[in-house]
Amino acid sequence: MDLSRVRSDFPILERRFDGHPLVYLDSAATTQKPVQVLDAVEDYYRNHNANVHRGAYRLAQEATEMYEAARTKVARFINAASPNEVIFTRGTTAGINHLAYGWGLYHLKPGDRIVLTTLEHHANVVPWQLITRHTGAELAYLPITKDFLIDTSRVADVIDERTKVVAFSGMSNVLGSIGPIAELVAAARAVGAISVIDAAQLVPHMATDVQAMGADFVAFGAHKMLGPTGIGALWGRMERLVEMEPAEGGGEMIRDVDLYESTWADVPHKFEAGTPPIAQAIGFGAAIDYLTAIGMDAVRAHEMDVTAYALERLSEVPDLTIYGPMDPEVRGGAVSFTLADIHPHDLATILDQSAVTVRAGHHCAKPLMKVLDVPATARASFYVYNERREVDLLIEALHEARRLFGVA
Amino acid sequence: MSLDDLYRQVILDHYRNPRRAGHLDHPDHHADGQNPLCGDEISIDLAITNGTVIDAAILGRGCSISQASASMMADRIVGMTVDDVETLTHRVKALLDIEEGDPGVDPERPGAALGDIEALAGVRRFPVRVKCADLPWTTLEQALSASG
Repeated sequence: MDLSRVRSDFPILERRFDGHPLVYLDSAATTQKPVQVLDAVEDYYRNHNANVHRGAYRLAQEATEMYEAARTKVARFINAASPNEVIFTRGTTAGINHLAYGWGLYHLKPGDRIVLTTLEHHANVVPWQLITRHTGAELAYLPITKDFLIDTSRVADVIDERTKVVAFSGMSNVLGSIGPIAELVAAARAVGAISVIDAAQLVPHMATDVQAMGADFVAFGAHKMLGPTGIGALWGRMERLVEMEPAEGGGEMIRDVDLYESTWADVPHKFEAGTPPIAQAIGFGAAIDYLTAIGMDAVRAHEMDVTAYALERLSEVPDLTIYGPMDPEVRGGAVSFTLADIHPHDLATILDQSAVTVRAGHHCAKPLMKVLDVPATARASFYVYNERREVDLLIEALHEARRLFGVA
Repeated sequence: MSLDDLYRQVILDHYRNPRRAGHLDHPDHHADGQNPLCGDEISIDLAITNGTVIDAAILGRGCSISQASASMMADRIVGMTVDDVETLTHRVKALLDIEEGDPGVDPERPGAALGDIEALAGVRRFPVRVKCADLPWTTLEQALSASG
């Protein structure tokens, strides 16, 4: 991978704040966008803009073909059996909500169990909490180990015969930990439960083969993988998608509408009510083209290198605590830490004065913060455009924070 | 704007050694405040007799700005009348540029009469942190309008 060429594709990396070049270390929140994605979105609006699946004219046909071509790109990127298994959503959160309200609402009953883990993002907790109110199903949690991994030794206790859903993070947005996908998918299947992977952090960072993973549903979003906001994908195994109901009704998702009842379009369009985010889908496709051209194995190798370097340099900073596995093989590039008694928000403000951008807070994982017994952490997260030099600037800024706070 | 102006020694001192930390046994007024987005929390207990704050206790967790602001506030308001506390709150919010200043305040040094609290003036140049400094004062207003 040619890092300098990759960096030159991201115009925002030329920005400076008070003379400091932007050091963007918040890709777990959202990634920057290469010109190829920006151009694809602009080209659609300038030259091809029309609503999809409606117009009889050629312009609308172009827009429809571009939108559906993006679906095919997503399907190939994750090795789906068919593009029809890919539902466009607003993002990972919307995908999980669609699943909870489209599948959970119709298949869960009192006494059923939904198994989550204690490291989940709120997007994979709150939709299931909401659905328990409608169905009477109960939540149960797999804990994490002292090594910050999902504790598979508890699988037999927690994933029992009552379990109908096992939903877990493929890669933690706080700890970086890669989920035990094979073990949890097998455990779910053994009790007849569906398995759901929150892949918001997984698909952007590692080659993903949904058929090999064997799960029933995989949700992810475009904006964490170089694409636009407002678009994501929910992949589902076809036999699950045909038993799922639409969570939203409206235009485009119907076959026929009468005054008192309606019938639905085929999968996947029955899950895409209303005018979809067309330009965003096309931008999503361009982001996938970009990542594919680099190669996901090269993306992963580069991130492992930068992450390993960051873990090494951070370990050298006195009074700094890292929350997450230290082995790059079992983790991604989101690195959470605290420094002495400096609150993460203070740390983020101090780092920002050197234009080093990190996230500070609970990272939408409040249950995990309670497990870690911290109110918040700072998090640096890396992607394809980050380089070791930026890790050095982070470390320098952390030493400045120690000085300001008089940490001996 | 230098970070040394934001993280002045007095801020760090109040952050690490919060004054009047804890709860009152029998508060006349109480309020809990939080900034849900960043997770800063503060609880305020007040004992008020004949329109005067005779005791105050604060307990919270969060960044140095929110916790130092709370500590300085608790330290300052004991002994003040409720009317004076309201005036002080208004002046602090003016210092933070949240409210218009009042004519009695020197625009060059809006915090001149505020003692330690003037150290919060540095926050104005960090707009995303103003809400941290303000949290205790907004919670104080809620406490004054609530009962224990």
